[in-house]
Amino acid sequence: MTVYLPIAELSVNIFIILGMGAAVGFLSGMFGVGGGFLITPLLIFYNIPPVVAVATGANQVVASSISGAITHFRRGTLDMKLGCVLLVGGLAGATAGVWVFSWLRRVGQLDLFISLLYVVLLSTIGALMLQESLRALRRARNNEQLPLKRPGQHNWVHRLPLKMRFKKSKIYLSAIPVVALGFGIGVLTSIMGVGGGFIMVPAMIYLLRIPTSVVVGTSLFQIIFVTAYTTMVQAATNYSVDIVLATILMIAGVIGAQYGVRVGQKLRGEQLRALLALLVLAVGIRLAIGLIVTPEEIYSVAVGGLSY
Amino acid sequence: MRRLLQTLLLVPLLAFAPPAAAQVPMGEASTVKEGLEIGASTSEIAIASDFRGADLTIFGALTNADELFLAIGQYDVVVTLEGPRDYATVRRKERIFGIWMNAQSMTFEQVPESYSLASTRQIESIDEAPSLNSIGVGIAHLPLNPVGYIADSGSIREFRDAYRRLKLANGLYQRDTSGVRFVSSSLFRASVKLPANIPDGMHMVRAYLFKSGQLIAQRELPLRVVKTGIEQAITDAAHERPLAYGFLCVLIAVVTGWGASLMFRKD
Repeated sequence: MTVYLPIAELSVNIFIILGMGAAVGFLSGMFGVGGGFLITPLLIFYNIPPVVAVATGANQVVASSISGAITHFRRGTLDMKLGCVLLVGGLAGATAGVWVFSWLRRVGQLDLFISLLYVVLLSTIGALMLQESLRALRRARNNEQLPLKRPGQHNWVHRLPLKMRFKKSKIYLSAIPVVALGFGIGVLTSIMGVGGGFIMVPAMIYLLRIPTSVVVGTSLFQIIFVTAYTTMVQAATNYSVDIVLATILMIAGVIGAQYGVRVGQKLRGEQLRALLALLVLAVGIRLAIGLIVTPEEIYSVAVGGLSY
Repeated sequence: MRRLLQTLLLVPLLAFAPPAAAQVPMGEASTVKEGLEIGASTSEIAIASDFRGADLTIFGALTNADELFLAIGQYDVVVTLEGPRDYATVRRKERIFGIWMNAQSMTFEQVPESYSLASTRQIESIDEAPSLNSIGVGIAHLPLNPVGYIADSGSIREFRDAYRRLKLANGLYQRDTSGVRFVSSSLFRASVKLPANIPDGMHMVRAYLFKSGQLIAQRELPLRVVKTGIEQAITDAAHERPLAYGFLCVLIAVVTGWGASLMFRKD
């Protein structure tokens, strides 16, 4: 059964899109990630124009993050004040990102830039995750104890001015690195269509030394608002959010995520992480091949073009 | 769809068939210039979202045609359907540091987004290339003028060829060199193809009459292509009310995410 995507301007098989949404939803539920960094490249592989894939991916992340954020809000593992400071940076970053996005699109380098960013990010993160999970697997096999690493008390981040007190996190921290982190994630959201949790969570833990208990909830809080804002801005400036595609992906995604969560609770973490790392690496490599292999047609036509 | 278009367009055109009495007697020099008539009862075509392409049939008639020239096939008709005009940018990828990226680009002035041509025979055998170029008839003869100063004039030709090749490949440019047939001595029927991905907007049907390779008459008819259906309504909403559209997208996401977490709650 085919369905026509009005904004992407092509007909697709609805079952492939449903399957993609469910698979990514399953993985995101299993690993507790938003799934934007998987859905956007998959859509690009399926010939959805990258412009549409990115904007629609951001929209999909709103749906996949919201139930997690609600859970954390109920449990009280969400630092609202920290989330709002992150959000200030995030909204500014998303605005700047959409501006860069539109400019890249005008000069015809958007597709390349999206692919390059994905190749760099996915291969870096995939490699780091694989290394970490392999080490954990080896440790488990040798029955070693996890070395209790007490993070250093202070680093350069803690010497910055404009300090604020975040009660829930029990931390006294400068607003500058928080806003800067939010800004960077916001830029990634609008250019790559990701929530950015896979960067934000480690950065908050290792760089800002925020207690792990509030990190996930707070990052989900910021992700929801930044992705929702990005969806609106992309719709208003690039007209590139495909509501039909997004709806199919979201419905399949949230259902897949529920089953992913259940499976994830039963399986062993290290093996799962190693698998996810391999998947992330594979997607990155596939994108890199697309950049290197000689294309069949080196010319392309776009309507318009007197905009510079 | 096809039959409907035919009947719609046929009815008024029969009126243009030349009355026999008006014919100039054989042998005398014709003082009345030949004319060309085309027409349609509709100036608007609605295309549903399951549209997979169709033929648009246009009837037309020659007036004051010279019987002798008609008999030896010296009249040729070319009918084109031109889509709305816009700038078009062609980009060429090059390998830079091992990566294929768009390097050079060229923007052409106001070219039709779609172009479908039907003719009595190969247009290059109707007229010579330079005069076809000057009137801009035929896919190979459409004027493609680059915007701005192009230092490397050799590449203009490559970009033009690429533009035409890509447009032919995606079906927006089409030609049918036997698309125009005379149904009687002076009444002709042309079928131009509407591609599946036809852009909406103001299209122009143009008919050209050639006599012994000379363009002697020309007619044009506006034709509005309107897309209908839910998909088009979505596209219109996305472009005309983008903020409301974006808000709806976010709302759907919130409802879906929230709904799922309520539905699958374990307690």
